Amino acid sequence: MAKIVLDHLVKRFGKQTAVKDLCLEIEDRQFVAILGPSGCGKTTTMNMISGLLKPDAGKVFFDGKEMNDVPPGQRGVGFVFQNYAVFTNMTVYENIAFGLKIRHRPPEEIDREVNEVTRLLQIRQLLSFNASKLSINDMQKVALARSMVTKPKIFLLDEPLSNLDAALRNIMRAELKKIQQELGQTTIYVTHDQVEAMSLSDRIAVMNFAVLQQYGSPHEVYNRPKNLFVANFIGSPTINFMEGSFGSGAFTLKDFTRGKIPLSKQAMHAAGQKLTSQEVVIGVRPEHLKIMDRGSEGAGFQGEEDGGSPSGLLAKVVSSEPLGSKTIVYLHPDANPGVILKSSMGSDYRPAIGEMKELTFKEKNLYVFDKKSTELAARF
Amino acid sequence: MASIKLENVTKRFGKTTAVAGLNLEIKNGEFFCVLGPPGAGKTTLLRLIVGLERPEEGKIIIGGEEVNDLHPSKRDISMIFQNLALYPDKTVFDNIAFPLRQQKEERAKIRERVEAVARQLKIDWLLEKLPSQLSGGERQRVAIGRAIVRQPEAYLMDEPLSNLDALLRLEMRVSLKELQTSLKETFVYVTHDQVEALSMGDRIAIMNAGVLQQVDEPGAIYRYPNNMFVATILGNPPMNFLKCAASDGNKELLVKHESFTLTVKGDEVRTALGGAVKEGGVILGVRPEDVKIHLEKPNGREPGGRVNGGLVDAEIYVTEPLGNETIVDIKIGSNVIKVLAESDFAGAPGRRVWIGLNEHKLHFFDLETHACAYHASERDAIELWGG
Repeated sequence: MAKIVLDHLVKRFGKQTAVKDLCLEIEDRQFVAILGPSGCGKTTTMNMISGLLKPDAGKVFFDGKEMNDVPPGQRGVGFVFQNYAVFTNMTVYENIAFGLKIRHRPPEEIDREVNEVTRLLQIRQLLSFNASKLSINDMQKVALARSMVTKPKIFLLDEPLSNLDAALRNIMRAELKKIQQELGQTTIYVTHDQVEAMSLSDRIAVMNFAVLQQYGSPHEVYNRPKNLFVANFIGSPTINFMEGSFGSGAFTLKDFTRGKIPLSKQAMHAAGQKLTSQEVVIGVRPEHLKIMDRGSEGAGFQGEEDGGSPSGLLAKVVSSEPLGSKTIVYLHPDANPGVILKSSMGSDYRPAIGEMKELTFKEKNLYVFDKKSTELAARF
Repeated sequence: MASIKLENVTKRFGKTTAVAGLNLEIKNGEFFCVLGPPGAGKTTLLRLIVGLERPEEGKIIIGGEEVNDLHPSKRDISMIFQNLALYPDKTVFDNIAFPLRQQKEERAKIRERVEAVARQLKIDWLLEKLPSQLSGGERQRVAIGRAIVRQPEAYLMDEPLSNLDALLRLEMRVSLKELQTSLKETFVYVTHDQVEALSMGDRIAIMNAGVLQQVDEPGAIYRYPNNMFVATILGNPPMNFLKCAASDGNKELLVKHESFTLTVKGDEVRTALGGAVKEGGVILGVRPEDVKIHLEKPNGREPGGRVNGGLVDAEIYVTEPLGNETIVDIKIGSNVIKVLAESDFAGAPGRRVWIGLNEHKLHFFDLETHACAYHASERDAIELWGG
């Protein structure tokens, strides 16, 4: 178990800066995901924590002790790599025992530890198998067992589930979470998959272009994303963005013929505080953007003060995705067929393609972003 | 516009049977998806239709005509490959014009047709560029343009969107579907992505290991999967499976799990589950959205005797908050099942909970063959008894 502190870490490769001035604190026993698209700096960050890379500036601390000059083998870190790197010339038992064997632990201790960890991961029946004969899913468990058995203070996992098929990925995600909760190891999990990050983590560090964008709980990054990038990256289907302007007590959305949505006094005040200009980007998540027949009761934008007024925000149905548990409907705003909006509706909802619907959503579900700075200006 | 029919088609590569005894009919003007894991035979199926492979057995019939001996160039089918295969040294205009020039069309006609297609696909401003100067999405549209320009009988697409990033894939999915609706042509679309198949297909064919598993409208396959493979491939998180014992009582059939019992009444379902009773067991399937979690202990006995109102004692194993919803992993006896719950779900691991199953949305699969023996519906008298 260990508390990890990253203090102004910088890493460059030639002229490229892979990690820019990263400051991060990971508490003992926490599961933290480093999440971002390819090239954002997440693997480089993990490699600096493990010691495989030396930072160009800044320091790495484990429990207050500076680790920059400590080689990876002595940092007490357990790895699981994306391609598992299981030793194919050894049995499962030998693979898992390896870390303890090279540390010269007595055979009875090795035996006890290997049996315990394989019982936990439910692969005890595979112990005598040659590792090359395993299914990819079992290989993943062996890779996990191999690093768990040395009881590292810190677990580093680099996209460990990406090679598994969808059904198994779902199952292993839950198993991984359970194991970490039981063992309590401080765990850092690198991924580009926001579903994994959301489902597994206590906190998520979202990175883009070498810079930390936001560090918060799944709830925080989903409901209070710091900027457009985070808002768009987290959540599936992705958040809807509608550009517009702020003024005269309302937002006017430019992609709609009648795009004015009047705001409550509190909302106006809150929005006015942080906005640096009149130009805004309004975000609404698909599960909050409902569609109704034009002029029907309850349709339209719902401010805090009244029950709802026809917003006049019309959009044309382009396609729908019946996903079983819900239906995602794709629409174009009536004045801009170049924009796609997504609405998450019930599983039996079947709209007619080409039909004009009225967008229905509440003021409290709006995310207001400052268009210039891309930062979140208000949530009501 | 044409219908495509495969009659008893088998294709082997050495000792491997890529496609086995396939019988399939794709209707005129249909958006037909073929879904399956890698190695299922989907690409082989497309290559058989377009003529790049000959079947060892069976017939391929396009527009009513048997085409087994017809060269691909004469079958009037366009195919879009996964890697697009654009001619790198030709401009966008020349790429799209190519099939028409092959057919020795008039220059003026070619120009008119290419410009019309480019306008339709919103790439008319790129006609003089080379593929290397285009973005992924633009290249995608050039490949589509080249396919539609000669107005073939049918369009075949092999995972055309798999190389695109998530956002672009979404936009292209929507525009491909819009295109097919406006062209009204037959599209055969291969994918391994179940969301794509569910959202785009008028009908879906599910394949596994060269064998056709089921063909139907997406909603029908989702609601009535033929076997456990099909039940797993559609839906995320996939269907949960619980192994149960099955026995026949006097008035009813009993399906018993460690933690609960289902009583099943009705002649139709009892006959359907006769085989399960003989084998002594059945696999119960239930989708994550058809399970309900109660955080508070329900009140005592129902009139009629069900303890806890027919809910099952269980425990929260782990929770996965996804933002818009939460996946709750629930331990029932020695099984862990996944349940879809609200985004603000408040339970913590280890907490005792009570589970209800939607008795009208249960599926019963054969223990050995994994084929579906029965799909429950509103007509059935099935009751869940905890303990």
